[in-house]
Amino acid sequence: MHIPDGFLDAKTAGVTAGLSAAGVALALRRVKRDLPPRKIPLLGLAAAFLFAAQMVNFPVAGGTSGHLVGGVLAAALLGPSAAVVVVTTVLIVQCFLFADGGVLALGANIFNMAILNSFGGYAVYRLVCRCLPGERGRLTAMAFAGWCAAVLASIACAGELAWSGTIAWSAGFPAMATVHMLIGIGEGVISALVLLAVRQTRPDLISENGSSAGPARKGEWLGYGLLLVLGIAIFIAPFACPWPDGLDAVAAKFDFEHKAVTVLPAAPAAGYQIPGIHWAVGATAMAGAIGTLVVFGLALLLGKILVRKKTLDA
Amino acid sequence: MNFNLLTHQHRHAGSVIHHLPAGLKLGVALIVIVGNVCVPLTWQAWFLGVVIFLILVAGLSRISPAFLLKRILALSPLVLGVALVNAFQTTGQGHWLGVAERSLLCLLTVTLVSNTTPFSGILRVLKSVRVPSLLITTIALMHRYLFVVAEEAGRMHRARASRTFSRTRRFQWHTLSSVVSQLFIRASERAERVYDAMCARGWK
Repeated sequence: MHIPDGFLDAKTAGVTAGLSAAGVALALRRVKRDLPPRKIPLLGLAAAFLFAAQMVNFPVAGGTSGHLVGGVLAAALLGPSAAVVVVTTVLIVQCFLFADGGVLALGANIFNMAILNSFGGYAVYRLVCRCLPGERGRLTAMAFAGWCAAVLASIACAGELAWSGTIAWSAGFPAMATVHMLIGIGEGVISALVLLAVRQTRPDLISENGSSAGPARKGEWLGYGLLLVLGIAIFIAPFACPWPDGLDAVAAKFDFEHKAVTVLPAAPAAGYQIPGIHWAVGATAMAGAIGTLVVFGLALLLGKILVRKKTLDA
Repeated sequence: MNFNLLTHQHRHAGSVIHHLPAGLKLGVALIVIVGNVCVPLTWQAWFLGVVIFLILVAGLSRISPAFLLKRILALSPLVLGVALVNAFQTTGQGHWLGVAERSLLCLLTVTLVSNTTPFSGILRVLKSVRVPSLLITTIALMHRYLFVVAEEAGRMHRARASRTFSRTRRFQWHTLSSVVSQLFIRASERAERVYDAMCARGWK
């Protein structure tokens, strides 16, 4: 999901850089205040760990393979702000040392993978944890959050590319979303399994980190939440919504792109004022909702199986 | 990102380019990259200039062309893939060639800089442009232990490969997750030792 240089235009690169600078500054301030000095080397080591973990490939259906992003896993293990710092570090090193991900696209990559993936996923994780208490709920939450975060980041990525005019939303969105819906399953399963394994072998590590980094505070929720909403409003909403307001250029492009879609249901849509668009958006939203529900069900099942297996083992 | 990128680092050679100050190299690279991204595609003179300049730098730095080519090829599947997807779009004919051109040139620029500049030099530049110290410490520590942790992952992989005869689908997930969780636990334990060592050396 690393966007290389040349794929984003100046405006997108600027906006994403601003958003991620704000997010990283917030995370650094939080970490500096909350993390005891003992834990500072852990950030660097966790970043090295994440880098190594990202090189572990897992099989995805159809012979392809994906790799972990690990933002949500880091957030669950270290706390959300520490995770933002850790993933940002990984991205910076990948960019400058290995030329993986562009220099000007660094802002966008940090926004997608460090902020949206880590904090967005963490928000889902906490929410599900609150609704489903206990070990089973925690594993379900982890698996579901891993999937949601991967899909969310990929959609944001498609939005940024579309905003730059590199890849049309009508081509980029389905491609990115479907691929990451598959990869996200792997991400979710591995995240849940890793969380379970760490909790079994060294539960003190998580509880210690959890209490020192703290569950997200009010300011943290507010700050990252604002960034998240801003990002979605800027990168995703203009393409996903049928409303005609917004930037002129975007509207024009939107109209243009959806002409291709309208060709398919030619006759039945003729009577509507904006045919195709409502249909396409409605169908996409429907499919997304159903997919999400199915994945949540799978996550529940996984949590159940893992916990039952654990009690059988014990 | 595959393991080969990590193990196939270019050896430090003492060429003219290697001895230039890191700040200068990073600054020029930034200008080139910003230019590549922002300059309209009709200014072919700029792109031609950049190509000549980069070839000149590559020649002066005495990095073997085969190494550079391998690096670029390892990193460009995404660029080429997206360019291909774009080629089938009705909206921008010919546009994808420009995207590929821009990103390949940027890729070459960063590859050249990162292989002629020690990482500590890059860190020093980051520090001088006022990147927060906590982030710099984290980046420095990560870079220091990156190869250690990756090697540890490699050892675990070898140990597992020599002990398992067959791996079924389900078992594969199990081993993957146990490798990752073990890596995390070992990294955390190492972090504690690193902290003690840092304190013993007077770190504050």
